[in-house]
Amino acid sequence: MAKILTVDDSKTMREMVAFTLESAGHEVAQAEDGVEALSIAKGQSFDLVITDINMPNMDGLTLIPELRALPAFKFAPILVLTTESAADKKTVAKEAGATGWIVKPFKPEDLLATIKKVLG
Amino acid sequence: MALDLDQFKQTFFEESAEGLDIMEDGLLNLQPGSPDIDLVNDIFRAAHSMKGAAGNFGFNHVVDFTHALETLLDEMRAGSRNVTEDTVSLLLQSVDCLREMLSVLQEGTDPDESRSVELLQQIHALLENSGDTPATEAVAAEVPAAEVTGWKILFVPNPDLLRTGNDPARLFRVLKDLGTLTVQVSTEQLPSLDQLVPEDCYLSWSLTLLGNVAEEQIREVFEWVEDDCEIEISPLESAAPVQSEVSEQPQRSGTDRRTGGDRRESGGSKEATSIRVGTDKIDSLVNMVGELVITQSMLSQVGRGFDMDRLDALQNGLVQLERNSRELQDAVMRIRMLPINMVFSRFPRLVRDMSQTLGKDIELVVSGEQTELDKTVLEKIGDPLVHLVRNSLDHGIEAPDDRIESGKPPRGTIRLQAAHEGGKIVIQISDDGAGLPVNKILAKARERGLVEPDQTLSKEEVLDLIFQPGFSTADVVTDVSGRGVGMDVVRRNIKALSGMIDVESEEGVGTTFTIRLPLTVAIMDGQLVRVGTETYVLPLVSIVESIQIENQRLNVIASSQQVYTLRNEYIPIVRLHDLFGQKPDSNDLDKQLLVVVEGEGKKAGLVVDELLAQQQVVIKSLETNYMAIEGLSGATILGDGTVAVILDVTGIVHLSSSDLGAPTDLQPTDPQPTDLDHAA
Repeated sequence: MAKILTVDDSKTMREMVAFTLESAGHEVAQAEDGVEALSIAKGQSFDLVITDINMPNMDGLTLIPELRALPAFKFAPILVLTTESAADKKTVAKEAGATGWIVKPFKPEDLLATIKKVLG
Repeated sequence: MALDLDQFKQTFFEESAEGLDIMEDGLLNLQPGSPDIDLVNDIFRAAHSMKGAAGNFGFNHVVDFTHALETLLDEMRAGSRNVTEDTVSLLLQSVDCLREMLSVLQEGTDPDESRSVELLQQIHALLENSGDTPATEAVAAEVPAAEVTGWKILFVPNPDLLRTGNDPARLFRVLKDLGTLTVQVSTEQLPSLDQLVPEDCYLSWSLTLLGNVAEEQIREVFEWVEDDCEIEISPLESAAPVQSEVSEQPQRSGTDRRTGGDRRESGGSKEATSIRVGTDKIDSLVNMVGELVITQSMLSQVGRGFDMDRLDALQNGLVQLERNSRELQDAVMRIRMLPINMVFSRFPRLVRDMSQTLGKDIELVVSGEQTELDKTVLEKIGDPLVHLVRNSLDHGIEAPDDRIESGKPPRGTIRLQAAHEGGKIVIQISDDGAGLPVNKILAKARERGLVEPDQTLSKEEVLDLIFQPGFSTADVVTDVSGRGVGMDVVRRNIKALSGMIDVESEEGVGTTFTIRLPLTVAIMDGQLVRVGTETYVLPLVSIVESIQIENQRLNVIASSQQVYTLRNEYIPIVRLHDLFGQKPDSNDLDKQLLVVVEGEGKKAGLVVDELLAQQQVVIKSLETNYMAIEGLSGATILGDGTVAVILDVTGIVHLSSSDLGAPTDLQPTDPQPTDLDHAA
C-alpha cells in the first residue's frame, strides 16, 4: 500500500495516526517535528505526508514549503492536522502548499476515508 | 471497520503529564509584564496537543477546558493580552485542575467537576473582559437534505492545482464511491506541445453523479481544492425529489462529543509504569549484546577440540567476556537512571506557592538537575527533599523585614544542587536563612533528656540532634512544615536507601543539608567474609575498619557481653558464629578478625574467621523471594554459584544487643550500664 510520513510532536497523536494507517496496510514513518521530518524526507519519497501545524523546532507551515522544494515532494500530497476551531489555519496551510487538511479529533475510519482523496 | 484507539490512552496520559509539567514549568518562569513569547508558545503547544488528543478519546471536559486555556494563551501569545500575576496564577490553578481531571479519567473514578467549572467560568470571565469572546466552536453546519437523485458538476481547476499535491483523478475516484459517476474531459485549453508546461493542469471536467448524495458530500470531496478551481454543482434537472437521510457528521460538535463521556468507565485503570529511555542508551546496549555474541562464538570455537595450546585464546576470551558483561551491566543499570530533574521540577512551584503563603520573598536556584540516579532511589527521595525544602522555606529563610534588619537582601535564596561524587550522588539543599540555633537545640535536648546536663557536645553533635525522633525546635507549628514528620523520618528514609544525611549550619548565615546516596540500590559494593563454613556479605559502606583482635583489649562487662577497646571507644562484640550456628576456626578470639561496622550511629565489632574478596553484588530481596528476616537484608549469588546472605548491619547490632542482653534503647528496664549507648 502507500508509504506515509506522519509528523506530530504529540506522541499520542502520532501513534494513533500511525496505528490507523498501518491497520489499513500502509507503511508509516514517524517524525516528531519538522526538522526530523525533513531529514527523513531527504533520503526517500513518500506517497503522503500528514503533519501537525504547531510543533517545536520547525512547525508544519515551515515544513511544507521545505518539502515542496524537494523534487520527490513537488506534487506529493501533504495534509495538515488541525483542530476545528482553527479555520484560518486551513487557509494558511493551503497557502504554504498543503494539499488539504484533516480535522482533529478524527475517527479512524474518517481518516482513512479522507486520505483516499489523495492516495492513488 | 471500527478501529479502537483506546489502547493509546496510556500514552496520552503519560504525554499529558509531561505536557502539564512543561506548562507548569513555563508558567513559573513567565515574567508578568514582559513574557517570553517562546515560553508562552511552549505552554500553548502543550495545551494544544492535549486538546487535540483528548478529543479522540471523548474526554470532552478536557477538550473544553484546554480550549479555554488555549484561547487565553493565544491572546497572550499574540500580545493582545497582558500577562499579569493573576493570569499566571489562574493558569497554574488550571494546570492543577487538569492534572486532577486526567488522574480521575485514568483511574476511572467519578469526577468532581465543580472546580473545573469554576475555573472555566473565571477563564471565560477573563476572556470576555478584554472584549475578546472565546472562539466559539464551529456552529453545527446546516446540512440541507438532498432532494435529488443526481448532480451535475463542472470542475475547472486552476493551472497550478497539481502543485498542491491534489490530483483530480483521485478526487473522482472518491466521488465514484458515492454513486454512479460519468466523467467527460474537456481538452479545449490544452496548448500545443511546444507551449505545454508539464506541471500545469489544462484540463477541465464535467461530471455526472447519480445516486442518493447530498450536495455537502460532494463539496466535502472538493473541500481542499475549492480555492484552486472553479466548481459548479447543480442538481440534475430531470431528478425527482427524494427524501434523503442526512449522513452522520462525526466531526461536528454535537453527537461525537457527548458519546465519549460514557466510555470513560469501561476504560478502567491499567496503570503500567514505564520508563523513557534515550535511544542512545538502547543503541549502546544493542552494540554490547553484539559484542557479547561475538565473544560467545569465539569461546565456543576455542572450546571445540580444546587442547592446552589454545589456553591463551581461552584466557583472552574470558577476559573479553568479563569486560562485555561488566559493560552490559553498566549499560543496563544506566537504563534505570533518570535525571533528578523529575524530582526537582516540583520545587519551583512549591517554593512559589509557599513563599506567597508565608509572605516571604524567596528565590529557588536549581543546578545539576540532569544528574542521573536510579529510578527506585528517585521515587523515594522526593518526600525527604520536599520536607527539607519546606523546612528551609518555613524555618530557614526569614521574613523580608527581618532579613533587612540583619543586613541581608530581602530576597532569600534556596539552592538545590545535585552532582555525582565518587560513585555517589550528592544532593544539597542550602538556604541563606537564619541558620540553626545551636543553643536552643542543646537546651531543648537537655530538657528532653537526650543530653545529660553536664555532657558537652561539639557543634556538629548538637546539630546532629535534630535527627532525633520527635525533635523540633520550631516555636510554632505552622501550616507549612511541622506536621509531626520530623527530621528523624527524613534520615530514616534516606538510610533506607543506603544513604546519609548531614547538616551544616551557621547562625545568621544559613543551613546546608547534604544527602549522599548510592547511584543504585540493586547493586552494592560488598565485603565477603567467612564465618565457619559459610560466606556472608557485608555492605562495604558500613565497614569502619577491620582489625586483628588483641586479647588485652577485650573486656567483659555484665554477664556475657564483651566489649573491645578501640581508641577510647568501647565496641560491643558480636559473635557471628553464635548468631548463625557456625563453628569458629579457633575458640581463641585473638586468632580471629574483628570487623568494626557502624549502623544507625552505633558501632559493633563482628567476629569473623576470614576476610575474603571485595566485590559488587546484585541484591536479591529475601522478602519477595522468601520472607523478611531480621539481621539479613537480602542474598546474592556468588561467582561460584553459591548463595551468600547479605548482612543488615543495623539489624545485626539490634539483634545481638537484644539476644545477648546488651544495653539497648529497646529494653529500658534492662539493669545494664547505659554509657555504651553513647560510646559511638
